Amino acid sequence: MEQSTFIQQASTGKRKAATQTAALQEPRIIRYTLIFIALAFLAFFIVLPLVSIFITAFQKGSDVYFTAITHPDALAAIKLTLIVVAITVPLNAIFGVMAAWALTKFNFKGKNLLLTMVDLPFAVSPVIAGLVFILLFGSQGLFGEWLFAHDIKIVFALPGIVLATIFVTLPFVARELIPLMQTQGISEEEASISLGASGFKTFWYVTLPNIKWGLFYGLILCNARAIGEFGAVSVVSGHIRGMTNTMPLHIEILYNEYQFAAAFAVASLMSVMAIFTLIVKDIIAWKSKSS
Amino acid sequence: MNSLIIPKKSRRIIPGFHLSLGYTMLYVSLLVLLPLSMIFIHTMSLSWSAFIDIITDPRAVASYKVSFSTALIAGLLNVFFGTTIAWVLVRYQFPFKRIIDGLVDLPFALPTAVAGIALTSLYAPNGWIGQFFDFKIAFTPLGIIIALTFIGLPFVVRTVQPVLQNISAEVEEASASLGANRLQTFRKVILPELVPAILTGFSLAFARALGEYGSVVFIAGNMPMKTEITPLIIMTKLEQYDYAGATAIAVVMLVTSFILLFTINLIQWLANRRFVH
Repeated sequence: MEQSTFIQQASTGKRKAATQTAALQEPRIIRYTLIFIALAFLAFFIVLPLVSIFITAFQKGSDVYFTAITHPDALAAIKLTLIVVAITVPLNAIFGVMAAWALTKFNFKGKNLLLTMVDLPFAVSPVIAGLVFILLFGSQGLFGEWLFAHDIKIVFALPGIVLATIFVTLPFVARELIPLMQTQGISEEEASISLGASGFKTFWYVTLPNIKWGLFYGLILCNARAIGEFGAVSVVSGHIRGMTNTMPLHIEILYNEYQFAAAFAVASLMSVMAIFTLIVKDIIAWKSKSS
Repeated sequence: MNSLIIPKKSRRIIPGFHLSLGYTMLYVSLLVLLPLSMIFIHTMSLSWSAFIDIITDPRAVASYKVSFSTALIAGLLNVFFGTTIAWVLVRYQFPFKRIIDGLVDLPFALPTAVAGIALTSLYAPNGWIGQFFDFKIAFTPLGIIIALTFIGLPFVVRTVQPVLQNISAEVEEASASLGANRLQTFRKVILPELVPAILTGFSLAFARALGEYGSVVFIAGNMPMKTEITPLIIMTKLEQYDYAGATAIAVVMLVTSFILLFTINLIQWLANRRFVH
């Protein structure tokens, strides 16, 4: 019985192979239609908006472009954004490593709850992320009177912007590291410790080389979001020109004043940053695959 | 006789448990839990009837409808186009594939305000795309849907793509050799594998769209009762120093997203259970 099937299969093998490839591939017309739908969608939603930013930015000539990006308010906005990123990203990176270490190297009660807490900022609207700090540190807030009495400004100043940005970007590094360290397990660290290495040495020489691309990836995502965060920062910044305006807020002001070329000029700087982010992401993905 | 020896909880070999757990809990408590709890504490200062009045105000209710319906439609568009894009990227060969694959992540990398002004100027009545339509796109709910579709696209593509890559060719070969045509194989073999990933991608995109502010405010036109989204109601109340009102609306949004988050986890749990046995 078995043998006869085998012979039958062998004799019809050639024909079968042909039908099989046909059965495993969609008809050509469907293939081309799907590719067309995908590419058309990406053209209208991704490529065209990106191209339009650069064209609109240079529409009124390069003079207008360079005036817009070297305007004192623009430079102040760029500087503020860089300061916010320089504080936010390292803090959330350290947190991400700590959280991933605690959540992947040990078992304890309430682990899933803590994991949910780390994810929580992703489920909260950026506007609410700003609102909560107004409720804490605003003039009517919980610490409002105390802060006023001690002449400390948090809301409508740099600390508020930093806090709101930390809130919004908090899960990025942790979220990248947790699944990665989960699959790597704990045996390498256990070996290192039992051979007499200290905890820090183990982390530095054993864990870190294993997670460096994941960490870098998380940093890139965290950095992009921190630079571009709009809703949360908009609530806590107070929109003081040259003082508490980050780059996205500066773009909003220019746009609402109908200075479109200038708005798009600043927007083009941020788009270059976004493209740079995508390229670095691609390199990291390629490096981590090859290593 | 059960010969399985269950070891007693062994001493932790790896150091840093108390340090890392303590630091994580402190950081999350101070920067997430304490601030978020303020929303609920602050709402306590309102009487129940005042709270109900604020959250059932016709303008607020209209904004829930706008936010919910646009986020839902954008999510469904992302399911269709996102799955198609993931499919095409995994299965077919075409020029510039790697660059196109990279570009899918643009909505994650591009600041929302930049996306907002770019999409607005494209889809405005005199814009590159808007001029070809004799109805308005920007400044209508249609514009909001476009912005939210842009924001949510990578979620679906990036959750479906790896699953599609991992489906082994043997399963499809088996299905084909048993006589299924390509459509049957897709519907009965491939699609069931993709459903959990599609659901996850959809709910991530939907949750993000419900709270999205930056890209929407530019393209929405922000007309009360028509194109005003719920986050904008909070913003407007804050600008009028109506903290109690802003907080009450925030409670509605937070509770909605928590229920959503819970439902996602439940669906994933059920889906995983179905596929395990």
